[in-house]
Amino acid sequence: MRLIVPLRGVVQGRGGLFVGSLIPCCLFYFLQLYLKRRRSPPDPPPSDSDLTELPRTSSRSNLFSRGNSIGRVRVSSRAVPVAKPADSPYYIGLERAKTDPYDRISNRDGIIQLGLAESTLCFDLLQRWMSENLIDSMMMKSDDGEFDVSSIAMYKPFEGLLELRVAFADFMSRIMGGNLSFDPSKMVVTAGGTPAIEVLAFCLADHGNAFLIPSPYYPGFDRDIKFRTGVELIPVHCRSSDNFTITVSALEQALNQARKRGSKVSGILFSNPSNPVGNILSRETLHDILRFAQEKNIHVISDEIFAGSVYGDKEFVSMAEVASSGEFDKSRVHIIYGLSKDLSIPGFRAGVIYSFHEDVVNAAKKLMRFSSVSVPVQRILISLLSDTRFIEEYMAAHRQRIRDKHVRFVDGLKQLGIPCAESGGGLYCWVDMSSLLTSYSEKGELELFEKLLSVAKINATPGTACYCIEPGWFRCCFTALADEDIPVIMERIRKLAESSRS
Amino acid sequence: MGLPLMMERKSNNNNNNVVELSRVAVSDTHGEDSPYFAGWKAYDENPYDESHNPSGVIQMGLAENQVSFDLLESYLEKKNPEGSMWGSKGAPGFRENALFQDYHGLKSFRQAMASFMEQIRGGLASFDPDRIVLTAGATAANELLTFILADPNDALLVPTPYYPGFDRDLRWRTGVKIVPIHCDSSNHFQITTEALEEAYQTARDANIRVRGVLITNPSNPLGATVQKKVLEDLLDFCVRKNIHLVSDEIYSGSVFHGSEFTSVAEIVENIDDVTVRERVHIVYSLSKDLGLPGFRVGTIYSYNDHVVRTARRMSSFTLVSSQTQHMLASMLSDKEFTEKYIRINRERLRRRYETIVEGLKKAGIECLKGNAGLFCWMNLGFLLDKKTKDGELELWDVILKELKLNISPGSSCHCSEFGWFRVCFANMSEKTLEIALKRIHEFMDGRRRF
Repeated sequence: MRLIVPLRGVVQGRGGLFVGSLIPCCLFYFLQLYLKRRRSPPDPPPSDSDLTELPRTSSRSNLFSRGNSIGRVRVSSRAVPVAKPADSPYYIGLERAKTDPYDRISNRDGIIQLGLAESTLCFDLLQRWMSENLIDSMMMKSDDGEFDVSSIAMYKPFEGLLELRVAFADFMSRIMGGNLSFDPSKMVVTAGGTPAIEVLAFCLADHGNAFLIPSPYYPGFDRDIKFRTGVELIPVHCRSSDNFTITVSALEQALNQARKRGSKVSGILFSNPSNPVGNILSRETLHDILRFAQEKNIHVISDEIFAGSVYGDKEFVSMAEVASSGEFDKSRVHIIYGLSKDLSIPGFRAGVIYSFHEDVVNAAKKLMRFSSVSVPVQRILISLLSDTRFIEEYMAAHRQRIRDKHVRFVDGLKQLGIPCAESGGGLYCWVDMSSLLTSYSEKGELELFEKLLSVAKINATPGTACYCIEPGWFRCCFTALADEDIPVIMERIRKLAESSRS
Repeated sequence: MGLPLMMERKSNNNNNNVVELSRVAVSDTHGEDSPYFAGWKAYDENPYDESHNPSGVIQMGLAENQVSFDLLESYLEKKNPEGSMWGSKGAPGFRENALFQDYHGLKSFRQAMASFMEQIRGGLASFDPDRIVLTAGATAANELLTFILADPNDALLVPTPYYPGFDRDLRWRTGVKIVPIHCDSSNHFQITTEALEEAYQTARDANIRVRGVLITNPSNPLGATVQKKVLEDLLDFCVRKNIHLVSDEIYSGSVFHGSEFTSVAEIVENIDDVTVRERVHIVYSLSKDLGLPGFRVGTIYSYNDHVVRTARRMSSFTLVSSQTQHMLASMLSDKEFTEKYIRINRERLRRRYETIVEGLKKAGIECLKGNAGLFCWMNLGFLLDKKTKDGELELWDVILKELKLNISPGSSCHCSEFGWFRVCFANMSEKTLEIALKRIHEFMDGRRRF
């Protein structure tokens, strides 16, 4: 209405008809332009020339050797951050250590790797088992004693052979205290712990939702969860005053802050034994977490990948056990497990999602087509995990050897006046190097990290990479060290400490 | 055919205490409720067995290659008497395998894959092992590439008919759409530039950004190679629109006469311009050609450095176990073995194909002229009461329930013509194939009497 009145005025004036028709035309044109710009998503830049107009030659390659006249094709925006050079000290340290790896015979001045949570302490036992059992375990023989390739070659259910899930269920209940039995039908076998956590994130949270995660936490979670799912991680800071144990009040606070920001929290993700600190959560703490999750109606993901690497006096309790107590709705509880840490076979790629939620199990099963374990490897694992005599022997030795190494390592540090957090599990210790910091800050910590790497030639993961709120803490993995490596490490740290004091 | 519908989110909040799941978890994009998979269920419940269940359902819906197991077995017996090769050269090799979880993959294995892929292409294309990214199967490779090349709500153009699994593999977690490029029997279902342009325009009209074209060559379900001219036109199209070209060549080793296959790699081989090369990506796997789907070995081969780097990092979600890599590396680099295997495997598949096509012809049924793969594309359009999707599914149901044959209806492959069916022939013994043909003959005879 308002438009017509001034138009009438214009039209009724001199040259009005012309202007009167021109203005609506202009308005119409601008309207179209505006709508077009708003509507169409950006086109990828088209090539400058239309190749179909060129004369066709018999040699096809002529058409394509036209220099830079064609736009560069792009990858998706979600792909862009993935290929960026690593900016976390966790990855930087790992890369640097690889360029100059310590070898006690051939490269005594190399970088000692304390940044990778892997154990080689019981390799001798595994090697013996493998040399005796690998071939027979892998391929079933037909009646005439010949290899029967079809037994390992053909498609099998992506969630893992039933026998493997049964063997895993049995293995898990053995190492997690024996009070609990795991149900193979709630289990899905994955190609390692990495896809296990990602698949759970895909199933429990939408793009843009968040998980609360007690910090300090394992730096790999950033990639595992954020790369493709779009789920956020909200650190819930824990403090040295209570040995970095998660509290409900901290969870409550973090959840409220998230809500204020408009973030939807779908669940809590934590590791137990915890990584990087190595502490074992008590039954009470697990209970509290589950009650909190129940009250807020969110999920609980317990990453128990170090459950078999418990060496302290504290008893390990699985969240599965607490969930089974009947007090809470257990369909919100999901466990991650794998053989990379406890059985020292990360190269085999064998992980587990264990969920009390039927729909999650069903969805995860279907998603396993993207991350399943090869059948020959499954057969090896069935044989390995079902060899209960060997497993008992191995797990006892594994725990014992970690305990011994832990004692040596922590004592060595103690003698230098460097304390560690109390820990009872995992393949590492959480070391307080704040006394070596030039400034009690993140900057000071990163400087120390760099000095450790370039001067002391030691790769240890700084707390910043783990989102630790207190500066000066470092994760040191000791389970790939021989006893004679430890004095070498301590000497290097001592020298560094001395030079920083002077 | 229309664009795929938006996934509906099932309401799961009927009770305040029931914890919510994600859209991905509740969506049915996995497609396992479709007829394609219903047939599998029928088979699982009543599977044919030569001796124990001769009237059971014969599985002709699974593209698995079982015709050349004996070649693998005799190789293993000869070269690997005590399993030493697969036992990782005794104990010492085990240590490396156990710890190795590098997403670069074993160099020796990548070299072996590159060499194998070159052999399949008769040396007409060269493959750089450093451009090979390993994934746990081609399914994972296709999904990974989709994550990298397209954002949620973007689209890939895919020629119809296509492998039903793509609906799930390319769309489920990625949020990417598939826009079909319609192909029909008038030109043996080859992709035309007109069809490409039409598909592209359909996407644009719906405000969807197209990021690439994904083809399968040789085609599943057609069982035929894509002509060289079509590939060149396709690459032209991708250059003009500045989009990617993904070629899933998972059946490249199953072309009956090697010279009839042109890989997109051959075309790229003669192109220097990096802005053209870097939009091309190839997917491969050992599941079909080597008959080892249980091993979960797939690969992305990309001419784009950025894509290679990104795919490598993302492959941590889908790594091939080092043990598997180790086991296959020496076998795949044994050129004498692979040359013999490729040659004999092709020959056997060709003979199977001829058996089934001639058997069907005698029953009055024509197939598309095929030259590759583990299946044939059969035309039963003349049997349909109504040439509609329902008509086709009714016939499919009759074939499943009365003939006890599980075959794949063309509609599950999004074919725009009704009455076509994909029939697999390599996942059974010759005897079983004869029985299947016999059932078809009897059925056709019965129909003729009316």
